[in-house]
Amino acid sequence: MSEQHQNNSILVKRLLLTVAGMFAFGFALVPLYDVFCEVTGFNGRTSNEAATYEMVEIDESRTIRVQFLTRNAKGIPWKFESSVKEVRIHPGETKVVNFLAANPTQSDMVAQAIPSVAPAEASLYLNKVECFCFNQQPLTAGANTKMPMQFYVDPDIPDHITTFTLSYTLYDVTAQSSQSFKDEQKETE
Amino acid sequence: MSTAVDATHHDAHHDHKPSGIGRWLFTTNHKDIGTLYLWFSLIMFFVGGAMAMVIRAELFQPGLQLVEPHFFNQMTTVHGLVMIFGAVMPAFVGLANWMIPMMIGAPDMALPRMNNWSFWILPFAFCILLGSLFSAGGGPAFGWTAYAPLSTQYGGDSTAYFVFSVHIMGISSIMGAINVIVTVLNMRAPGMTLMKMPMFVWTWLITAFLLIAVMPVLAGAVTMLLTDTYFGTSFFDAAGGGDPVMYQHIFWFFGHPEVYIMILPSFGIVSAIIPAFARKKLFGYSSMVYATAAIALLSFLVWAHHMFTTGMPVFAELFFMYCTMIIAVPTGVKIFNWVATMWRGSLTFETPMLFALAFVILFTIGGFSGLMLAITPADFQYHDTYFVVAHFHYVLVTGAVFSIMAAAYYWLPKWSGYMYDTTLSKVHFWLSVISVNILFFPMHFAGLAGMPRRIPDYATQFADVNQITSIGGFAFGLSQLVFLWVVIKCAQKKGEKADSKPWEGAEGFEWSVPSPAPYHTFEKPPKVE
Repeated sequence: MSEQHQNNSILVKRLLLTVAGMFAFGFALVPLYDVFCEVTGFNGRTSNEAATYEMVEIDESRTIRVQFLTRNAKGIPWKFESSVKEVRIHPGETKVVNFLAANPTQSDMVAQAIPSVAPAEASLYLNKVECFCFNQQPLTAGANTKMPMQFYVDPDIPDHITTFTLSYTLYDVTAQSSQSFKDEQKETE
Repeated sequence: MSTAVDATHHDAHHDHKPSGIGRWLFTTNHKDIGTLYLWFSLIMFFVGGAMAMVIRAELFQPGLQLVEPHFFNQMTTVHGLVMIFGAVMPAFVGLANWMIPMMIGAPDMALPRMNNWSFWILPFAFCILLGSLFSAGGGPAFGWTAYAPLSTQYGGDSTAYFVFSVHIMGISSIMGAINVIVTVLNMRAPGMTLMKMPMFVWTWLITAFLLIAVMPVLAGAVTMLLTDTYFGTSFFDAAGGGDPVMYQHIFWFFGHPEVYIMILPSFGIVSAIIPAFARKKLFGYSSMVYATAAIALLSFLVWAHHMFTTGMPVFAELFFMYCTMIIAVPTGVKIFNWVATMWRGSLTFETPMLFALAFVILFTIGGFSGLMLAITPADFQYHDTYFVVAHFHYVLVTGAVFSIMAAAYYWLPKWSGYMYDTTLSKVHFWLSVISVNILFFPMHFAGLAGMPRRIPDYATQFADVNQITSIGGFAFGLSQLVFLWVVIKCAQKKGEKADSKPWEGAEGFEWSVPSPAPYHTFEKPPKVE
């Protein structure tokens, strides 16, 4: 019987370890998913870091239509739109597109734009040299601003992609960022 | 065994059985805990059923009649959670507790005290979940899947109730699963090799491994929902750099194995019942074992077929489509094995067999609609329509629930010592099998015509089909009261006394002990041939 007990407790320990391991695996899926998305372009995410423009040959034989879409998440009454709805660009060529934002409210606000590319495959070939989405964008009450986005399309982009859409969703992050401002102030004190 | 021996046997054990409420609160006896699980499951079946009745009553006519849309959403959500975690899973754990030790010739489960805990935390989980319906703002209304950001940003405090109750249910399931694995691997009677185990034990062993693999992942996913809602993390919040689609990936990584958790033990039950009433050995035993294992392994590779419309690359959609379709192969092996078992058998149609046969036919219909849903381009049409509702109710109600009914009728004489009322049981069967098809079959047509699921109101063109569905729903709900009546009659020891082996063709150690099964069985392991 004691041998039985010993066997049982060894097995129970192993199974509990498996349970703990799977619980950890659930959380490990978060960074794994990020890496997976980055490598495959899955889900249409774009990099959050500025790409450096390398002098590449401009492929004038091809023209890609890049369409822009802007929308506001729930609870942010800003005006937010791109200056043009669409540009035509040769792979390798850089372009600047301005996005216009206005804060019509009576209070200072901070917003964060989140980009997404459709079809997702194209996100691997979109390189943003400069983008307002890299940082949070503060706007005082009633102010408006012009936010530039400079990008180029990698000449390696597959032939079957002739058009893609870059959409931005604007989120209100005033609450979170004022908290972090306060934290910073505390630290400086 | 003579009756005199039976009597002394009974008396000898009478002293060991504590009396009063303490017996049930502190019990470590696998049969008592099995009974607790089964009663709990039956109560939850009626609680979840009552919610389904609210849903069907509201959908009887187009327009809003009886309940507010927000309450309707709470009903669909909690109905799903109660039926999955409160009715189907505890019923299987109850059957495992009662039957596995007897089937493998063990005196009890390996970890009896943990067994007590794993049952007694469940009522608390459901008190939290059901209690949340009465809290300000109501209970969870975001669907049993709790997709973010619906659950994190619009769920209110119901998200917290949901998360804590799911945590407790998960801990309960994990403890139950560990207990099953240790019992099956360490407590088998000498000579009972793995490949001699009854199919029910095999399917439960594999289910238990699925449970310990995926329930912790669900616990992790809902914990992330909790921290996103209350502690400022951004796992699923796009504004903070998270991704709502990731929730769906993590959830369905749990969710798809979960649906097999709810069907594999059914396969085991049906594999016990069909041979008993066909009076033939189960056809293709080892292929049944391998098919079960194959289904379990494949279940980890198909989760994204729930998410074809989330904008995945074509390659991923094809991968998940093909993997999903491959599951039809081992499942087909099982269906054909059951048919081959019946082929040229001496069939009789007692109630357990009727439910098992209904299971084979109706589960196959549910499997076929599952194949239709697996076809990616077609899924864009079917996604989030009543076609999906029809599909998973065919596999879960006429699949899992019918197999549990079959198991209850098959083993009730062993549990209670009394034969159930055969006439009533047949009334129950025929009412159920007719009404369940009136209930769920028209949903296929509503779905194909484009009726979305999880809505309290619908376009008037769907009025007729919903009326038929609701009538079927009320009839099916009422029919289950007959089942309750049958079970209560058995529990009150009314009816014929049952022999130790009431079914002529039944096999297994459970039939070698008297009916009702004595409080302690197989303290000395039986001899395995």
